[in-house]
Amino acid sequence: MNVPDLQALASVPGPAIRAVHDEFHGDLLEVSMGPHHPSTHGVFRMIVTLDGETVVKLKPVFGYLHRNHEKIGENTSYLASMPYTDRLDYFCSMTNNWAYALAVEKLAGQAVPDRAEYVRVILAELTRLLNHTCLAGFLLQDGGASGTPLMYAFREREKILDLFESLSGSRMMCNFQRFGGCRVDPDPAWLAAARTLADGYGRFLDEFERLLTGNEILMARTQGIGRLSPALAVGAGVTGPILRASGVDYDLRKVDGYGAYPRLKFRVPLGDHGDTYDRYMIRVLEMRESISLLQQALADLPAGPIMDPKAKLRGFRPKAGEAYGRIEGPKGEIGFYLISEGGPNPYRYRVRPPSLINLTILEDLCLGHSIADAVVILGSIDIVLGEVDR
Amino acid sequence: MSEPEPPKAAPTDADRAELRRHGVLLTSMDELCAWGRSHSVWPLQFGLACCAIEMIAASMARFDIARFGSEVFRASPRQADLLIVSGTVTKKMAPAVVRLWNQMPDPKYCIAMGACAISGGPFKQGYNVLKGIDRYVPVDIYIPGCPPRPEALLHGLMRLQERIRERAVDGAGRVTGAAAAECPVPEYGGHDLEPPQNPGLWQPPVLVRKDGA
Amino acid sequence: MESAEQIRERILAGVPGADISVLPNPAPSAQHSILLGPGRAREIAIFLRDAPGLKLDLCSNATGVDWPQHGYLEVVYHLYSVELKHGPVVIRQRTANRGDAVTLPSLTPVWRSCEFQEREIFDLFGVVFDGHPDLRRLLMWDEFKDHPMRKDYVEPDDFEWEPTPHGDVLAKARGHYPAAVPKEGPAP
Repeated sequence: MNVPDLQALASVPGPAIRAVHDEFHGDLLEVSMGPHHPSTHGVFRMIVTLDGETVVKLKPVFGYLHRNHEKIGENTSYLASMPYTDRLDYFCSMTNNWAYALAVEKLAGQAVPDRAEYVRVILAELTRLLNHTCLAGFLLQDGGASGTPLMYAFREREKILDLFESLSGSRMMCNFQRFGGCRVDPDPAWLAAARTLADGYGRFLDEFERLLTGNEILMARTQGIGRLSPALAVGAGVTGPILRASGVDYDLRKVDGYGAYPRLKFRVPLGDHGDTYDRYMIRVLEMRESISLLQQALADLPAGPIMDPKAKLRGFRPKAGEAYGRIEGPKGEIGFYLISEGGPNPYRYRVRPPSLINLTILEDLCLGHSIADAVVILGSIDIVLGEVDR
Repeated sequence: MSEPEPPKAAPTDADRAELRRHGVLLTSMDELCAWGRSHSVWPLQFGLACCAIEMIAASMARFDIARFGSEVFRASPRQADLLIVSGTVTKKMAPAVVRLWNQMPDPKYCIAMGACAISGGPFKQGYNVLKGIDRYVPVDIYIPGCPPRPEALLHGLMRLQERIRERAVDGAGRVTGAAAAECPVPEYGGHDLEPPQNPGLWQPPVLVRKDGA
Repeated sequence: MESAEQIRERILAGVPGADISVLPNPAPSAQHSILLGPGRAREIAIFLRDAPGLKLDLCSNATGVDWPQHGYLEVVYHLYSVELKHGPVVIRQRTANRGDAVTLPSLTPVWRSCEFQEREIFDLFGVVFDGHPDLRRLLMWDEFKDHPMRKDYVEPDDFEWEPTPHGDVLAKARGHYPAAVPKEGPAP
């Protein structure tokens, strides 16, 4: 069979497209999707081997955004690493900050006042709303609805970012949590604005769902695609909405009971099939639970200090030891492992990246599907390269 | 025999304004092309890190980059004329960025958006971080910020449009007119990229303290 | 959740003769760890994953640590149980030295979540995992020769520029620009 000279046709020099001859499968095509690709959610590269349009092998390549955050963490003090945690999962800076603050508070035995715990819950749930809304937009963008759901999603995101900006000074890189509380005490005007947003978000979700959830094209593109079995998910360390979409009841807000969550009432939605449609629906249901959590936290917010009065703001040197602290971020379990030798900088600073570990099963999910489905599956796993590569 | 007529003076701006009021547009091909080019700059859909999200936000409903002419972000470099390097360029990614730049047809422009693209940013002390994309690719506009607000990106785009209009169309057509159109692509070395920077484009800045230390 | 001592007893009952010890953690987090000696790490891991009272089926985090002062590289695993909803159980393995004997048994066959994390530890620290299905670099490019997260790694000199250089940056810069600007003398 006459195989065309793909090297000559390729617009990129080097092995971007390569014909692979395999006696059992005839001619396979190896395509390098990325690192510059409209649908890889950042600089992520997948080397996909195709038999026609079906994926027979998929190897992800990471490191295109490796900014050695962990090495910088060893050379900076504990507090100076807080702005760097914003830049890990750059959609969800508030939850990254909280995970890091939690880990350091465990290391140093630092208590957090009640008001700060409730404010942290409020900000974390706002972040969850923001993240899941944008995920729905990006998933549909990957599915081909080019631009419109993303426009709606970003319109709502802007409203939440206005709140973040008026509270912390920055839209995205909030740098808000501190060891022992939060940096700024929200004033009544901000709380009223947050209440208005929480009350109005349900209507936006209704509109969004009316357009999307029963949508024929979405259902045809996502139902039955990329099934993830619970056993594989747990063994591969998958956490977050993807794990729950496969039916495993593991939400750190319930299991670990950190922060003010034990005092708030919420349900944990679980999926039945573990396919892409379930992963989308789980996030919609989680958004509804987040709205309820937001309303509860805003109603129950206690008075008091926003920062523990005994918190050491200068010369913070936790005693030698180590701690691993984790929270349920919007993408999964984000954890920080810190080893202290008693100095102002951590000896080892490690980020447990949910997006990287969730990608362990990417190949398993995509095998046997077409390459267009591989794009949608990657979209439903919800990765952010800042976290994958750190 | 009559004397040859003295050459007419070129129309001044006041003349042009007067004519425009009467509905007559007087321009040169250069200006018309430059005006057209500046108002239809199509960026490449190229986001590296956090700044990419602000770039996407700039293209969304609230900030709307489309009203500046950047209606679509093209996925293919062959169809784009603006490379907005938004986010940290790592050494692993640098060859891909330069290759993309080489594939873009002339006239092409480059905006370095965010502190990381300008000089490495907060991740400057990084073994894998390229301390500024201007080491390999000629940059026209630098937008500081971490991340710069979408309005800052729009301001940068407007400034780029002014610079495009100020330059006449010539063979190269590039705003800075520097360096070859084909930038050499770095290779992965054992410890660093080879070459660590493009010597035709970037020279290490002289680092001298006033106290002579 | 049982204490580290109790887990140690269980492991000795399930995997007799295993070389394990408990390392106390002085921090208030009280996350004590169990050090696995060389040899039977994978058996112990399988026991931890499958034992009825432990069921530690989620390996949440695998970290590499470089201890030049002690002369070894260390790999720390944080284990949780999704079924029984307890954790963390922290286990550690140490290499013999930082030079040539850097091989450790891979726990990827036990918990698949270690696949990418062990590749990253190989990439950044240089620990070779015996039994890993696909051990290659994860974050750096394949031709890269160093292991950057080690404490004795020296970065390539990159002409780092700062407006007010001091410390490391100034020291490196002096290497680039040996002559400082001479002071102006009186006009001739």
